[in-house]
Amino acid sequence: MNNVYLSHNNIVSAYGFDSASAVDSIKNEVTGLTLVDDSKILPNPFYSSLIHQENLKSEFQKLDTKEAYTRLEQILLVSLADTLKKSGIELTERVGLIVSTTKGNIDVLDPDNPFDESRAYLGELGKKIETFFGFKNEAIVLSNACVSGVLALAVAKRLIHQERYDHVFVVAGDLVSKFILTGFNSFQALSESPCRPYCKTRAGINIGEVGCSILVTKEKSNLVEESVQIIGEASCNDANHISGPSRTGEGLYRSIVSAMEQAKVEADAIDYISAHGTATMFNDEMEAIAFNRAYLQDTPLNSLKGYFGHTLGASGLLESIIGMHSLHSNTLYASPGFQELGVSQPLHIITKTSPKESNIFLKTASGFGGCNTAAIFKKVNS
Amino acid sequence: MSSPEYYIKSYCLIRDGKVSKNGEILFSDDSEEFPAFIKSAYKHFETDYSKFFKMDNLSKLAFMGAEVLLCENEEQNTALVLSNRASSLDTDRKHQAAISKESGAFASPAVFVYTLPNICMGEISIRHKLYSENSFFIFAEFNPYLLSDYANDLLISGKANEVLCGWVDYDKGKYDAFLYVIAKKGMLPHNTGELTKLYRTK
Amino acid sequence: MSELKQELKEKIIEQLNLEDVSVDEIANDDPLFGEGLGLDSIDALELIVMLDKDYGIRLADPKEGRKIFESIDTMAAYIAANRTN
Repeated sequence: MNNVYLSHNNIVSAYGFDSASAVDSIKNEVTGLTLVDDSKILPNPFYSSLIHQENLKSEFQKLDTKEAYTRLEQILLVSLADTLKKSGIELTERVGLIVSTTKGNIDVLDPDNPFDESRAYLGELGKKIETFFGFKNEAIVLSNACVSGVLALAVAKRLIHQERYDHVFVVAGDLVSKFILTGFNSFQALSESPCRPYCKTRAGINIGEVGCSILVTKEKSNLVEESVQIIGEASCNDANHISGPSRTGEGLYRSIVSAMEQAKVEADAIDYISAHGTATMFNDEMEAIAFNRAYLQDTPLNSLKGYFGHTLGASGLLESIIGMHSLHSNTLYASPGFQELGVSQPLHIITKTSPKESNIFLKTASGFGGCNTAAIFKKVNS
Repeated sequence: MSSPEYYIKSYCLIRDGKVSKNGEILFSDDSEEFPAFIKSAYKHFETDYSKFFKMDNLSKLAFMGAEVLLCENEEQNTALVLSNRASSLDTDRKHQAAISKESGAFASPAVFVYTLPNICMGEISIRHKLYSENSFFIFAEFNPYLLSDYANDLLISGKANEVLCGWVDYDKGKYDAFLYVIAKKGMLPHNTGELTKLYRTK
Repeated sequence: MSELKQELKEKIIEQLNLEDVSVDEIANDDPLFGEGLGLDSIDALELIVMLDKDYGIRLADPKEGRKIFESIDTMAAYIAANRTN
């Protein structure tokens, strides 16, 4: 069976328009979260990380497009254009496209939005991206709540294994919108201050915005210095509740065990965990239980939500890309907002960005619908 | 790669006021509206599950399809791979209407939670105690190529022993469900031609 | 007070989609969560929205809900004491 690798990548975020801008800021422990006062989205100010509108406009103009694109489409096109260009891959029948998003162009449902409501169909979003670049295959849109971004990598790997494709480009993104924020607000889940994953004083999530993209490939000849191999992945449902995390961490625990079995590694082989860590009471507690059941309580762990906020359908891919850079630079990035452990089980939270020789990391995510995904990545040049 | 042979073990269609399994109509009702139709289907199959009434239309549709196919299923490791065109837009529009009200915007958590298409798989997982793989895809129309590749990989890699696949679409009052179970043994070969033929059955 | 209790029962059945429950079946001191009516965490959030929307009561801490929503009796008492509309 072919090995499958993650290669060229891009992050469009509050930090800038490439992965390096995000990675450098994280290395220096600079948060992207700021207080946003926009009563069109929420009556009260909220913390978020937003992509700079004017800069996006000028980046997008470089693509020299003819028609009008929504804000999310612009973000995704800018990100994927960079990854495609760097990869130099010709878009033949052997190249697939996966779009990972929870809500896509959901802002067009707003009566004040100038775009037609039909733009809210996720297939339309896929079509726009596919057509813009001239992909030969129909875009596969994956919409699986907050695990979408990391699950998309598993889907890409599986389709390469089935010899449907040799290369798959994954692009992921979601907007910060009134639709999303009012919803999370009704769940009493929004924090009024920058989020504090796993901390005793945590008070909920911040929602953030990124677009990111990556090449998933079986060709070892087209890799980058931060490339990793996907050595194991799995998704398991909690079979418990559609919004409440499992009290036993069931689905997450099972996902981790199944991914480790596929990767043929034990807990002690994992150098670092890029966890979900949304900073809600129940999510973080659930994760702590699952990690302890999997004997991962001593493995260094962070949540990147304190840098970007929760970026929904992009978060799993975003955090996998950051994880690749973390391995490559042999650096553990601090988990921002953390002061004192506030979950019932021990965890090794990374409190200070520090050097550590690392070869393998575990990425996890959990979401509404009881879904959980775990993926294990290994440095290619180790 | 030489794939082992997999089969379509059973299939279910829910459309045009009818619920059928393996080509046999199990229930029909001339209610014009989906909510009345699916409620009478629920009663017909003697489903005893009060949470059903809290679900949105998409979840009710997927749930009833799974009910028909998994009622006698003993395989615990059954993955769920579903797809549609409209995602959760029916419920998205309800949430949007609630937050756009001039008289005061109140989002309903019970509505918002269904603004994700994969929630229907969560409902099926809870009902049938499936701690399995879940993936939800969006396409312009039923895409047997992706579904069969993906199901085959789950089976070959040992991630699942059986896979409940299909199409569940609910949009502007129109509903269309075609669900099927892929297994090591079954009535029909698992290939895209067969899936297309079954999907197009009137 | 008994009018308010009747109103709450109707609202709960309607808004929480309790299909098989009638107003007469809910006793004023029945527990709403767990054993009694079997409401869950989403229902609790929905009741918090109901307090705000219909009675103008905004909970400072959602955890307060646990005590308020114990039964129809406790809910009615809290609303009567705190309502602003």
